[in-house]
Amino acid sequence: MPISPSGLKAEDFAKYPPGARQLATSYLPLLKDLPLAFLPLLLREIIQYDWKFPAERRDLDRQLSYLASLSAGERRATLASFAELKLSPSLEQLDWVGTPVRFSEQLTAYLWASHQIDSFRSAAVAYVQKLDSVTPTDPLPMPRLAIVLIGQGVAENKYRLFRKLRRQGVYYKQVDPRNGLESVLEVVARRAHAHPAPFAHWYIDGGSAEILRSGEISRVSYQSLAPVRAALLNHIQKIAQSNTPGPEALVAALAQMQPAELGMSGDSVLNRFQLDLLTQGSGTQVFSTTFVQWAAREALRRAQPVTMFARFAPRQRERPLNELLAGAFPNEMDPHGALVDADMGGYYTWLNQQRLSGAEKSSFLIWFEDHAEALAVGPALKGGVESGERVSLAQILDSIA
Amino acid sequence: MTSAEREKCSSESVSLNRRNFLRAATGIGLGGSLFSFAPVPALALPGAKKVVVVTFGGGARDEETFMPDGQENIPHLLNELIPRATFFSQVINRGILGHYVATASLATGAYETFNNFAAVAPDNPTVFEYFRKDLKRPETDAWVVAPSNGFARIGQSGNRLYGPGLGAEVILPKRLLAAALNSSGTRDYDHLLRDSYESPVYLQALASDTEELHRLGEILKLSVEDFTRLARSLMSADELSVFVAHQLMRRFAPSLLWITLHDMDIAHSGTFSLYLEGIQRSDQLCSDIWKMIQSEPEYAGKTTMFILPDFGRDSDTESGGNGFQHHRTGDVRSRTTWMMALGPGIRENVIVERPVESVDLVPTLGSLLGFQAKLSSGKPLTEIL
Repeated sequence: MPISPSGLKAEDFAKYPPGARQLATSYLPLLKDLPLAFLPLLLREIIQYDWKFPAERRDLDRQLSYLASLSAGERRATLASFAELKLSPSLEQLDWVGTPVRFSEQLTAYLWASHQIDSFRSAAVAYVQKLDSVTPTDPLPMPRLAIVLIGQGVAENKYRLFRKLRRQGVYYKQVDPRNGLESVLEVVARRAHAHPAPFAHWYIDGGSAEILRSGEISRVSYQSLAPVRAALLNHIQKIAQSNTPGPEALVAALAQMQPAELGMSGDSVLNRFQLDLLTQGSGTQVFSTTFVQWAAREALRRAQPVTMFARFAPRQRERPLNELLAGAFPNEMDPHGALVDADMGGYYTWLNQQRLSGAEKSSFLIWFEDHAEALAVGPALKGGVESGERVSLAQILDSIA
Repeated sequence: MTSAEREKCSSESVSLNRRNFLRAATGIGLGGSLFSFAPVPALALPGAKKVVVVTFGGGARDEETFMPDGQENIPHLLNELIPRATFFSQVINRGILGHYVATASLATGAYETFNNFAAVAPDNPTVFEYFRKDLKRPETDAWVVAPSNGFARIGQSGNRLYGPGLGAEVILPKRLLAAALNSSGTRDYDHLLRDSYESPVYLQALASDTEELHRLGEILKLSVEDFTRLARSLMSADELSVFVAHQLMRRFAPSLLWITLHDMDIAHSGTFSLYLEGIQRSDQLCSDIWKMIQSEPEYAGKTTMFILPDFGRDSDTESGGNGFQHHRTGDVRSRTTWMMALGPGIRENVIVERPVESVDLVPTLGSLLGFQAKLSSGKPLTEIL
């Protein structure tokens, strides 16, 4: 293992997957010139290159290309804030090439403990802003659209829905719910058919994703991952019994897992993504609402799709102390709690969509499934508007999609 | 604008929003605010002899508490407690935002730097050690009731000048419950007894110690059977903590009692509704504790109560985080929180807007109770002295 980045050699990447190895070795002169507080974070991305979505690969290629295009002096200036961070000798001795995820976890803990986390955060924000400003983005084949369905199984509701989104768009309170789901499915399928591309159109469901079958749509569902979740929890239990010291070590251990270890087969990129959802997201293993919110967030952040359809479902009920002690473990669901979770999850989905390119042209729809409340955001819609007009979901979709 | 200036502006903005809301919600007006405060002598009420500190070991954001949409979650804080309190609207935590290390920092008045997930004693002397050593108080006069195993060593530091024999006894109600359940040969309660919400998965199992259970059962004058029977009637671990705190108040009437509530930290599971329920429960429990203080002869009229979250949670708009779920970004929202103090001699219906730090709590307690927090980096809050 090299002691410093300048000592890196091509054989240090021998254990990387093929695509990652090729990428790392082709940029070896660049990697040797990067500060240690920055390089492992980049290697953390490179080592996963073979399982990255096309948009992620594109972004990583651009980042490396940009850094390589700078003169040594320009690069030093760009990364000076990272280079100024003081690392501990024990950090420097970690295998930051072979296990950059583990290094990142320990670096984070160290930056907090040494009161350098704010400096690191500022450096990271400035770097990303600079990167965004100098690297071009590809034009989108169509404006982005996100659709979120919430409240499945809720008969009555007193919670004020869409409270954080109302000033962004039009709040419809007289929606005709008939054929609402069908209208959504039709729009999603039509968009996927019009512009088919790998991982450009997504459907995430908190229950089963059986309602929309199309080869052009990436589908993820909480229900279909039930065996994987069970296998993962079993694996975690074993790690816990082996006295793994603390959550950072656990995260690093889980990062080493392969989808096949949990019985996953099929698309390796999608499998890896689903494994990441369960191993990197808190609560995704237990609550379907958390799963959908985090899956939508990660799909938007990583795959940068043009179509996102996220459908929340009831989640399991959190049992209070007295019920747990009574020993009754009925498999109860909590539709209303899930509605409140999903209302916030919908807001976060909109926020995450807004972080992507083309945000000014993107549209968003959230609907209280089978009920009369919906909210739409789009370039043609004014914010903070309340509509009492009786409309169908198809009509709302026509106005934004 | 430098990052420090940006942070200052953002913190002030957080504080401003909170103040505006408090004015609207509780009727606190400009006349009651202390924009530029000069130290004043304590009012002519009896000096506080006892202190109860309640921390939320699970940050709560303004959005879900003091901002308009959050009002419905904290009716007791707003309507019962804040009108009786001096409210610090801008309490900044500059330390590590992990619950054990942050709560330990609150208790030492110095930013501790140990691994949040390690079972270690704080490096700096705790408030309990200052209190007991300087005032020569017995061990029964300082207690901690804390949520989980991770807090087991918060009562006593590793500092050589203080440390062994000078700290507070720490009661971990969940551990007691684990011991009680094990002693009765009960089923698998791992889910119930999970120790931390900060891990990405529910990992840590609580150790249980039957000897400890019986020892504390003796201390609390509570049999194992009574304890488990009581637990069966409660909704959450925090309710159990408050019950244990009440038992301590009745049994020993400690002068320094520290209670850490933890239910709201279920936010880490990503379930917004359960996070709101945790806040609502904490709101109710704070009211209950205040009523307990007023109803116990040893406490009524001579107790100052402090309530403060250990820190906030990430902002919705911070791209590195996931909103309310965590407190990992170190952004202004996650570092800025509030504190209220109420009791005899404390001005009522007052907002203090100047920025203070969470480490200021311990030296303030020192000034109230008469000890010196020699190694604290905080400063006494003159507004309540």
